[in-house]
Formats: sequence, C-alpha cells, structure tokens
Amino acid sequence: MLAPGRPKPKPTPETQHFWDGCKQGKLLLQRCGDTGRAYFPPRPFSPYTGTRNVEVFEASGRAKLHSYVIHHRPVPGFTPPYAIAVVELEEGPRLMTNIVDCEQTPEALQLDMPMEVAFTPLDEEVTLPLFRPAKESK
Amino acid sequence: MIRPGEIAVVGAAESTKIGAVPGMSQIMLHADAALNAMEETGLKPSDIDGVACVGPMMPQQIAHYLGITPKWVDGTGVGGCSFMLHVRHAAAAIHAGYAKTILITHGESGKSRINATPRPPEPESLNGQFEVPYGPFGPPTLFPIPVLRYMKERGVSHEDLAMVAVVQREWAGKNPRAMFRDPITVDDVLNSRMIAYPFRILQCCLVTDGGGALILTSADRAKDFPTKPVYILGTGESVETNMVSQMKDFTSSSAFRVAGPTAIEAAGIDRSAVDHMMIYDAFAHLPLYGLEDLGFCKPGEAAGFIREGNTRPGGKLPLNTNGGGLSYTHTGMYGMFALQESIRQMRGTAPAQVPNAKISVCHGVGGMFSASGTVVFSNEKP
Repeated sequence: MLAPGRPKPKPTPETQHFWDGCKQGKLLLQRCGDTGRAYFPPRPFSPYTGTRNVEVFEASGRAKLHSYVIHHRPVPGFTPPYAIAVVELEEGPRLMTNIVDCEQTPEALQLDMPMEVAFTPLDEEVTLPLFRPAKESK
Repeated sequence: MIRPGEIAVVGAAESTKIGAVPGMSQIMLHADAALNAMEETGLKPSDIDGVACVGPMMPQQIAHYLGITPKWVDGTGVGGCSFMLHVRHAAAAIHAGYAKTILITHGESGKSRINATPRPPEPESLNGQFEVPYGPFGPPTLFPIPVLRYMKERGVSHEDLAMVAVVQREWAGKNPRAMFRDPITVDDVLNSRMIAYPFRILQCCLVTDGGGALILTSADRAKDFPTKPVYILGTGESVETNMVSQMKDFTSSSAFRVAGPTAIEAAGIDRSAVDHMMIYDAFAHLPLYGLEDLGFCKPGEAAGFIREGNTRPGGKLPLNTNGGGLSYTHTGMYGMFALQESIRQMRGTAPAQVPNAKISVCHGVGGMFSASGTVVFSNEKP
C-alpha cells in the first residue's frame, strides 16, 4: 500500500474499465478498429479516425523509460527525491507513472531502460500502474 | 484574410508596479494596467467596445469593474500564451467589424495570492486520473518532463541548458524593472538549488505579481492616436494536449510547429528579416524548442546557437530582451509581458533597446506545451 496523502484518481464511465483492470492486475488499453493502433488515455472512440469501433485488450506490461524528472521538494503522499516518469509501452502509448524498486537517481534511471508494470494499491478501491526496472529474464 | 499591417496596437502598458505587489488584488492588477494603457492612448472606458482576458466568467468581471459595455468579448484561457490568441482573435474581430477598439488585460497575484485564481486538481479529469496521482506538483514538475528525452535525442548538455539562464540574465542586467539583475555563470546555475532534476532554481521562472494591457484598433484609426502604432503582420495559434505525458513528440511541440510558422507565413516575411524575438521562457528549455520549432534553428542546433552568443546583447537574434520569465517577471501567465517587450522594442522604448529593430516575433506557450500563440509585429506598415 502506498503512503497516505497521494491524490486519488476518480474513474469516469469512460475510464472505469482501466481502473477495474489495474485492480485485477491487468493493464487494459484500447485499440482502434480501423487502424489497429493502441491508444491512451481511455475513451470509447479512436483518436486516430473517430470510429466508435474500438476494443479493450490487455497490454503486456512491458515498457521503456521515456523521460522523467526527479522532484526534490516535499509533496503530500511522497518522499523526495522521487521520480515522476513517463514510460512508453510496448504497444505504443505512453503513460505517466512512478518508478519503484529502483534508486531515484539519474545514474539508476537511464532513458530507454526496460521496465515492467508493478501494480500497487493506493487504497482498498484504487490500484496504480507503477513501473519497475524489468527483470533480466523475459 | 487580414492583410499584414491592417490592425495595430496603439496602447500597451504594464501595471505600475510588478514583482511583489501586495497592495493590489488580482482584479486591480488588470485594472491598473488597463488604466495605464488607456491613459497613454487618451481613451476612456466608454471608448472601448471589445474586451479580452483569460478565463471563464472573467470578461464580465473586467468589463464591469472598468465600466465597459463591450460588443465583443473573448475569454480564451489556454495558459500563459492566451494573450497571443487574444491579439489574433481581436485582430479578426476588428477586421470583421465586430468591434473597433479592443482592450486585452492580464492581472495575476501570483506571488502575493490576493484574490488569486485557485487551481483545484479535479480527480475526475484526465489529468486528475492519469497524471496527478504520480506526484507532479505544479509546472516545475511537469513542464520539464520532456527535457531528458530532448537532451538525449539532440545531444544537449546540462551546461547548454544553464547557458539559457545566463544569457537572459545579461539582458535583465540592462532592465531596471527586472526582478533579478546580477550576472550569473553556468556554474552558478548548475550549483543552484535542485528543484526537479534536471532543472535547478535558476532554470525555473520567477513567481511574481503584475499586470499588462493592450489596446488594438485598425491601422487607419491608429494614425489618430498619440502613441506610435505597432502593426500586426501575422498571427498563429494551436493547441496539442494538456497532459504533458501525452505530448506526441518530447523533442518538439506540435502547437509551436503550427502557431509559429502560421504567423510567419501570414506576415509574409523571411526569418532572416526578424530583428528581435521573444520566446516564452517559463523554463530554460523553452527557447530551444521555440528556436527549432519556429524554424530559426535546425533540430539540434538551438543550444549551440545560444551558446555561441547569437541571442545575447549584440547578437544577431536578440532574444528575451527584458530578461524573460527567468529574470524579469513571471506572474503565472507571462505571455502578456513578452508581448509588452515586443511592443516596447517596436516603439523604440525598451530599456535594452535593439537598435533599428523593425520586426519582432513574439512566441508564447501555454501550460506544459499544451497551447501556443505567435504574433509578428512591425513598426513599419507594409
């Protein structure tokens, strides 16, 4: 369980499936029915073509570290220094996250390093898709 | 289409004081700047028939506070470049005949927080669901998110990003109204307090109080005003996403690439004709993105362009000549102050005046690369 004080996301009808998936340990993305391309954040239509013909699918959870900052000032629910990162999923979309099981330093956090999803409960209701450096064997 | 030079800025003023202004609320900072701009043009509130300012429910507050009955209003609020968009929209409105004399105002009690705009994180918004839970806390943690990727792709060093702040401090040293004027070195920047790696405090904008106002009218009517008209040659605007994590390319802003070239093409000028430039610098990387995305440098060449002195006093493209958001002032929405400096340069009244400057490009960014607006000015009517 994460430290108390962290802002809690509130799902909407269009994003409920994503948060339900996180709680079940699944990273659910959506795919455009016209182009086959994955997208994020969740919405019930394709940002590429506007079609409502979209499907939800489970992503691999594998990603690469795309960019980040390491925040050095206190924020409720966080212990500085902590990285605020963006990872690029194997399926294409990027998402903001935090990095766990890793030193929060420029030396430890190398761009393009392989990452994997680490579902972490915020509380009883919400689980966040955090990421950690990928294990060697995969 | 509007022809280059068809619309002019006849009034331009900042609030009487900027920096720490604990004696004025936010709405009074709007009004103080507006009164200063009306005074120099000889206009009264009853002469103004159009009002633009940032945000929902704000045009009616400002109009009522100043005693204006507008026939045209614009509350476009896309972050700190909103004023560039107001200029563009106002020019179109005057061209269309919707209004004759338009007032654009800004006021922000960013430092003293008197009647300041709250920024509540909405947990149901897309930002609230997909960014806020990971601990960003204001622009210093969000705006620099793409920087490490830009540095890696473009081969830009920490020293290069420190140099941006060093050069702008040189300009600020010439400006008595700038908040910080003492010279700094690259080492000073790289040894200043870490805020959000890779950026330290000297690479982050100031947080100040202040206001600014512009008055626009047709070039034909501009001749009757006591002030020297500054003509609008071209404008551009765009938005991308208000989630920085979803920006398509971390090394380049889509909104910049639309707004900047649109303005320059509308102006019908060659980039080599530009004498003076403002690129909204909330953080030290923004001038690099701006120079590249607007086509003044090839991708990867902006850092070297600044390092080699092209943007400093005496350089071939003087940039952010008031000292910028890093050293002059930054209320929260700095775009109005970038516009004011372009107008001063075109009027020939800037504290660090660029000799014989005839064309100025003023480029704004809104909230974490989410929006952009560009205006090309000239003191000569084409």
